[in-house]
Amino acid sequence: MMPLLTTKGLSRNFGGLRAVDNVDFALMPGEIRAVIGPNGAGKTTFVSLVSGRIQPSQGMIVFDGADITSLPAYARVRLGVAYTFQITSVFANLSVYDNVALPVQRTLTDGRSKGAVRTGVMAALERTGLADRTHMLAGQLSYGHQRLLEVAMGLALKPRLLILDEPTQGLADSEIDNFIELVREIAKSATVLLIEHNMPVVMQLADRITVFNAGRILAEGAPEQIRANTEVQDAYLGATHD
Amino acid sequence: MKDASPAKPYALHLGVIILLFALSFVLPDYHHGLLARIMVLAVFAMGYNMLFGYVGLLSLGHAMFFSAGLYGAGLAVIHLGWSVPAAFAAGILCGALLALVIGVLALRTSGVAFMIVTMMFAQVFYLVILYFASWTGGDQGMVVPQPARVLVLGSTSLDLTSPTVRYTSALALFSIVLLITLAIVRSRYGRVLVAIRENEERTKMLGYDTFSNKLVAVVVSGTICATSGAAYALLFGYVGSSFASVQYSILPLLWVLLGGAATTLGPLIGTLFMYYVVDITSGFTSAYLLIVGIALILLVLFFPKGILGSIRQRWLGWLP
Repeated sequence: MMPLLTTKGLSRNFGGLRAVDNVDFALMPGEIRAVIGPNGAGKTTFVSLVSGRIQPSQGMIVFDGADITSLPAYARVRLGVAYTFQITSVFANLSVYDNVALPVQRTLTDGRSKGAVRTGVMAALERTGLADRTHMLAGQLSYGHQRLLEVAMGLALKPRLLILDEPTQGLADSEIDNFIELVREIAKSATVLLIEHNMPVVMQLADRITVFNAGRILAEGAPEQIRANTEVQDAYLGATHD
Repeated sequence: MKDASPAKPYALHLGVIILLFALSFVLPDYHHGLLARIMVLAVFAMGYNMLFGYVGLLSLGHAMFFSAGLYGAGLAVIHLGWSVPAAFAAGILCGALLALVIGVLALRTSGVAFMIVTMMFAQVFYLVILYFASWTGGDQGMVVPQPARVLVLGSTSLDLTSPTVRYTSALALFSIVLLITLAIVRSRYGRVLVAIRENEERTKMLGYDTFSNKLVAVVVSGTICATSGAAYALLFGYVGSSFASVQYSILPLLWVLLGGAATTLGPLIGTLFMYYVVDITSGFTSAYLLIVGIALILLVLFFPKGILGSIRQRWLGWLP
């Protein structure tokens, strides 16, 4: 099977710092892949390169067989690469409905029928459990609900690859359980690339885990393999072992 | 603003248009003439509001779009002897083309740089008008001859210098532009414009080419302002470089801020308010600008979102 996403020799320098250093990465369709690593390991920079928010210094990015390295971010979104922000950035002054209508109306091929936007919006809101808050301003939602709205916006893009950047950050435990269910649900129709610090979430969700350290891939494998990997324990979990 | 029943906003806007129409029969001559002028300039403010209010792009150069319409129409009549409809179209086209070129260049910047770039372009436009004084009349300006300001429609001819025709034409133009802006801001495109104003990065990450969307907004805004300028030349018969000066880039900003940015009727309210405050106070004292200044400060203190903006925030959430 051909990978959905491949990067070859992907690098990004910030001044003298090599935030992402010569990364070769491949992601198979339908996978839930978790990316973990200590703070400053280059995880967010890596997915920003993939989504097109920043340009690479070197290397190339291939999505579904096409070289997308020089495509602007909005064009990548149109190909099916959706990114949900680490720092919640919903449109605070717009209603929940309008927030989701923005991605829905763009993906509609039939731009005329009035009901189509509403149907799409309500579908995304029902999947994330926000359907009863349609007319609230997004800024008035609780933090947890704003995170869900962020996911609803990503879903409404009908992505083939959904990048979730620390989606459970700041969520309560009960919310996290619902969230895990939601991501499993999403993974039925999209490939998921998940940056996450919460290890129980990662262990429950991920098919495979990629560990970043100092801009490079330190290890990659199934959750059990990563859990057993002593190098990873040293770098990330900070464990001492005898 | 979306998804609400469309009946109320449309009823309100039609009500305003009907009120303005009714006023033309009862107003004394002086106010009749003043209101016609205000309606034409409110179109200018609506064009400005399109970009400033909805997209959040603060331009300090919109005088160039207004005067592109003004000179485009005026010079076509004066030098080329074009008829009123042809000159009107020429003015609009000049503004649209200018807006396209300026948009492509100025949208490479944002924020303060955008303000400065637009202001510089407008200044260039102003100096070009002064430089080609033999064509434009320089700082004296030019009068569009009265006999040329007649709109011939089949067998009837309308004299644009007659107060009634002038008022009705101004009202017609105002109404059309008002309903167009209302339709735009309630459309899906309007939703994208507001999203760009609120968070451009996020809008990009929803798959929108924000540059193209902003460019269209600049062209729509510039075209509306040029329409106002072209109408001004033909209805009031004067084409002058003062309309290209920086003052006329600041005024629409002031009108929009007063009336309420990102409200469809705000530009009219702001223009009306500003004109009448100047008109009334200058009747009492020569220091009327002092009173205007105090009025502006009070408004900013108590109605920071402009008159309609504050009304919408406090009482009428459905206002478009």
